[in-house]
Amino acid sequence: MKKLLAIVLLVPASVLAAEASYRLDQSPHEPTDLVSLQAGARTFVNYCLGCHGMQYMRYNRLTELGLTEQQIRDNLMFSADKVGETMKIALDPKVAKQWFGVAPPDLSVVSRSRGADWLYTYLRTFYRDPKTPTGWNNAVFENVGMPHALWTLQGERAYDREKNQWREISKGSYSQVEYDMTVRDLVNFLVYVGEPAAANRKAIGIWSLFVLLLILFPLTYWLKREYWKDVT
Amino acid sequence: MGSRLQALWGWFDSRMPSVAEQWRIHASEYYAPKNFNFWYFFGSLAMLVLAIQIVSGIFLTMNYKPDATLAFGSVEYIMRDVPAGWLLRYVHSTGASAFFIVVYLHMFRAMLYGSHREPRELVWIFGVLIYLTLMGEAFFGYLLPWGQMSYWGAQVIVNLFGSIPFIGPDLALWIRGDYVISDATLNRFFALHVIALPLVLLGLVVAHILALHDVGSNNPDGVDIKKFKGADGKPLDGIPFHPYYTVKDLVGAVVFLAIFCFIMFFVPEMGGYFLEYNNFIPADPLKTPPHIAPVWYFTPYYSILRAVPPLFNSQFPGVLAMGISVIIFFFLPWLDRSPVRSIRYRGWLYKSWLAAFVVVFVILGYLGVKPTTVLGQFGFNAFFLDTKEIATWLARLCTIVYFLFFFLMPWYTARDRVKPVPERVLH
Repeated sequence: MKKLLAIVLLVPASVLAAEASYRLDQSPHEPTDLVSLQAGARTFVNYCLGCHGMQYMRYNRLTELGLTEQQIRDNLMFSADKVGETMKIALDPKVAKQWFGVAPPDLSVVSRSRGADWLYTYLRTFYRDPKTPTGWNNAVFENVGMPHALWTLQGERAYDREKNQWREISKGSYSQVEYDMTVRDLVNFLVYVGEPAAANRKAIGIWSLFVLLLILFPLTYWLKREYWKDVT
Repeated sequence: MGSRLQALWGWFDSRMPSVAEQWRIHASEYYAPKNFNFWYFFGSLAMLVLAIQIVSGIFLTMNYKPDATLAFGSVEYIMRDVPAGWLLRYVHSTGASAFFIVVYLHMFRAMLYGSHREPRELVWIFGVLIYLTLMGEAFFGYLLPWGQMSYWGAQVIVNLFGSIPFIGPDLALWIRGDYVISDATLNRFFALHVIALPLVLLGLVVAHILALHDVGSNNPDGVDIKKFKGADGKPLDGIPFHPYYTVKDLVGAVVFLAIFCFIMFFVPEMGGYFLEYNNFIPADPLKTPPHIAPVWYFTPYYSILRAVPPLFNSQFPGVLAMGISVIIFFFLPWLDRSPVRSIRYRGWLYKSWLAAFVVVFVILGYLGVKPTTVLGQFGFNAFFLDTKEIATWLARLCTIVYFLFFFLMPWYTARDRVKPVPERVLH
């Protein structure tokens, strides 16, 4: 049983492997880093929320990231009236489909379907491609409908898929390190929104294991031994 | 206080003595062999998981919406806005996989110690019926989150019925209630998942236990403990189920719950095996995922389905092979001709075949979660290769071994050199 469990735990399912021929970078996000999460939330509402909603996430839940409701109202809410509303967008999906060829997906659980590593790599591998309608392409997601929303920060780059070589065309307002950190924060935020209860889940998990293994197991084991003393 | 409670119990007992009677028959005076080992935990654990699934399921039903436009969102609503909703959902999703782990180990126990042999054939048949019902229950439940894998998994499985000659297409249409998996399908699967199959499951569990308690439990030595009774008429090698096995199973339950909680609280997706990543994408009838894999507990059979080549452009041979690979478990008590029950006294033939069966079951399960391209292709070409995918050929080999385990069983169990069985149980 334990061996079986270990085997199952150690073999990751490569559901995403079919699509990603580009080697994914490991995401350096840190779920307990509140400053990073707040920065990610800021980047999200400034650069992503125009087209991508998070229809299952409520603004006031962001108080979990150490923000007050007033701070959320002042800095993060552009398209909602009440702080209890979900992070929906005003963009009509039908219109969006005409613009991009596909309606921008809701990002509430994108970190759970794509995984953090995919997002972290994807957001850093946009390149200029004159053959696509938007003029942008992506090394991880070939012929993606989305243009590079963060290009003013990262700058423009060219990519040779066959040689796997990158070339800078123009500089962005951020250095490469600054840009990577911005994406890290954004991915951190997306991972948080994917499952806001995750931190709470792990905290309760430690308690449950404590009660089961350190209290209930010795107790029941002792009870069993006492009863079974007379079985020969 | 004590006397008052006793008086109340006396009042109750004089009006409904069958409660005490049933307790006596099934617990305090049900004599079980005293040498149960690790493998005997999984029966009570299966009941525990059933209880967990029913209770968590009731609370999920209070917040879930069986509607194609709302289902996916209602699951996320449970995960975010319902107090402890995420816990209920993870209990239920982890419980589904735990149920199959426990049931597979429980079935393997029977194959180890010959628990399906005479006089326990009915216990085994009810058990296989429970397993089939559980597969249905899991399949119907998996559609409910209405993610991409829910949708396309259901599409694939229902289409299997469509490949049955003559009645297939009409049958598939009847199951779906529509030409594609749709809101109508979701609603009926919901009804089947939350009430129809749970009722069948509960009824079968009662039948399984009644049948077991009528003939008595087998044990790791496979000997009949009722042969040797003391002066009081109780089996010498038997001990009352309560309190001995109730307290022992309690320890098993605690250890099981610790593993359960570890998975549920720290790795609820279990690397994509318990909750598939693609199922966090809402169902899209217009977009077929590149790789559709069922949840892990179905993948050995899914591998068999894929391994069998089509005949006259029909997938039916594969569907038939898959059906037989499940149904064949019913015949195990009659396929096994060994004079002994337990693996402890069997020869190397049965031991090797059982080991081979376990190995191919695991390999088939592994191949079932992967695309058939996972092991690459043969470098050479030959007239007998209808496909060059190595994984498909490996699955075919494993499928053959899987069926040979059952079909050759009457021969190798009868021919096997067995050891003498002791009169009474050994510790």
